[in-house]
Amino acid sequence: MKDFSAPAIHIFFKDSHSELRTRYAMNALLMFVVTALALVLFSVGNEVVGTDVLSGILWVIIFFSGMSGLSRTFVSEEERGTVVTLQLLSRPTSVLLGKLLFNFVLILSLNVLIAVLYLLMVSRFVILTPSIFWVTIFLGSCSLASSSTIIAAIIAKANTKGTLYPVLSFPIMLPLLLTVMNATRLSTEGAAFSEAFGEFQILVSYTVVVITVSILLFSFVWKD
Amino acid sequence: MKSATAKIGLVVWLTLVISAGILFPMVAAPQKWYELPIIPGLEEKARIIFFHVPMAWTTVVAFIASTIYGIRFLMTKNLDYDLRSVSAAGLGTMFCILATVTGSIWAKFNWGSFWNWDPRETSIFVLLLIYGAYFALRSAVDVEEKRATLSAVYSIIAGVTVPFFIFVMPRIMTGLHPGSKGDPQGAGPVVQFKMAPNMLLVFLSSLLGFTLLYFWMFNLKVRASRLEFHSQQPQE
Amino acid sequence: MKHVTFSAESLKKEFNRRVIFDAISFSLHEGESFVIAGRNGSGKSTLVKILCGLLSPTRGSVRVNVEGKEVAPDLLFRYIGLISPHFNMYEEFSGIENLTLFGKIRGLENNIVHDAEELLRQFNIFERRNDEVRTYSSGMKQRLKFAAALLHRPEILVMDEPTSNLDEEGIATVRFVMEQQRQRGILIIATNEKDDLKYADSILNLDEQRPAKSSS
Repeated sequence: MKDFSAPAIHIFFKDSHSELRTRYAMNALLMFVVTALALVLFSVGNEVVGTDVLSGILWVIIFFSGMSGLSRTFVSEEERGTVVTLQLLSRPTSVLLGKLLFNFVLILSLNVLIAVLYLLMVSRFVILTPSIFWVTIFLGSCSLASSSTIIAAIIAKANTKGTLYPVLSFPIMLPLLLTVMNATRLSTEGAAFSEAFGEFQILVSYTVVVITVSILLFSFVWKD
Repeated sequence: MKSATAKIGLVVWLTLVISAGILFPMVAAPQKWYELPIIPGLEEKARIIFFHVPMAWTTVVAFIASTIYGIRFLMTKNLDYDLRSVSAAGLGTMFCILATVTGSIWAKFNWGSFWNWDPRETSIFVLLLIYGAYFALRSAVDVEEKRATLSAVYSIIAGVTVPFFIFVMPRIMTGLHPGSKGDPQGAGPVVQFKMAPNMLLVFLSSLLGFTLLYFWMFNLKVRASRLEFHSQQPQE
Repeated sequence: MKHVTFSAESLKKEFNRRVIFDAISFSLHEGESFVIAGRNGSGKSTLVKILCGLLSPTRGSVRVNVEGKEVAPDLLFRYIGLISPHFNMYEEFSGIENLTLFGKIRGLENNIVHDAEELLRQFNIFERRNDEVRTYSSGMKQRLKFAAALLHRPEILVMDEPTSNLDEEGIATVRFVMEQQRQRGILIIATNEKDDLKYADSILNLDEQRPAKSSS
């Protein structure tokens, strides 16, 4: 296991370091979040909107923000011509795990930011069970990172990368999106923590299944 | 000769099943073997079960076949498996559209609108999206081997995530489809029917007929695409 | 010198059913050098990728044996150093950052920074080691690739067009690296420059290898 994880950690550091220096993904993501939030606030205006609709909108913003930036991790290697470099440095599994970790950290910080901004700016969106809400944000980030990473690896090899990403991701992510929306709705309705166990189970097993399949299939995608 | 008999047999079989599905009268108290019971609230509209459900079922069969051929392609790197995978997906798309359209028209008359986001409508919609994504991906890759590999990987990932709907949907939506009302087990994408024996017989015969029809069409399509594949000049 | 054998067994590669090359077999031992000659587009780079385990052949296999032990295909990268136009550095990092990063991902045990600085001196980029690679000239980038490829002291060094982008002085350095590698292990060069041919113990000419037309 250390054989795989040690290189993965260094690949993660490499990506984070590179991201902090170039801010390729971060700037785009931040601008997307601000734009999307502003649009939602404008369109909602002073209307009275139900909390289940607001829970849905939150995850719509998260999904599309993720789609605008999460493919960078593989697409940038392809564009810079550093795929061969990475292939010569470590095994496919290490690359996948490194990228997975990077995407997870990226989307978790993004989701926390979106959630905080959303809670501050949309006054009708009140969370009655914060524990459910924050666990959902955390597990939702795990499962979004798991599927977005392998799909990013696939589209990095295709010609039309940008438009293809949401097209391929949406049907794969729909079960998890429906689940997090439902869990978020529960948290606004003041449900007890145990009521959301079913949702959490789905999110955890989704993550485990997708990561396992990704590890099995990644070398087919990664090698030319 | 043997396959010709099988094909004629299948044509006769499907003709009988379709005629039975359309012509068998529906009466309040069935006496004779060909009389179907009236289901309250559905009446004559219940006949769609003989056509619409087998189409949806065939879509799922095609989806599974496509994924399995994808797996076999990855294991052997034999492009013929990719031909089979894409042929299965093509037929799956066709049956998927047919099931969606027939269901949607029926829904307009029974539930009052063409689309209601009931669990089964949602699942067929997701399958349609997956097929769309699968073909979009294929058209975006130039090298045959790479195209086959990427689309196989995608169909496997789709194949492991789609079953999650079975657990997700009952928590979110209530089912409208016959067989799901007031029945928590029936709210998933898999339908459970309680039917009169003669109705069940027609239904199962239709299911079998459509499945065999699918395999026949699949066989034709694979052979056609093999011809097309091998007659194409390798790209310089 | 470590005991190394490198053998290619009836390699064949097709792209879109067009045969790039077929039936390529050879076997090399430590101390030997091998030149793959051919025009541009003759499949040199494709063959190089297959030899390095970056691309799977349509048929055939590559086997590497180090000190009597067969190397698993997915661990081939540990024994291979590659210099190729497809092998790029991370331009947002400095020269020394690139090298230490590579050492860390590889999990090298030795003193990475010391070795890296030594190599940068050898290739005459030590003064610019803290500048971002994007500010390097193409010759400097090429020299940095040499340093990156040699960092883990590979048993097998593969060079794809090694002398492109280099001036006289740079070429002299390349010649020195070639000599050095022949004392350390196996050297494989893919080239279309006549000058490189004299470093070869054996030569494979892809222009002659190429089959006329494909079937199947």
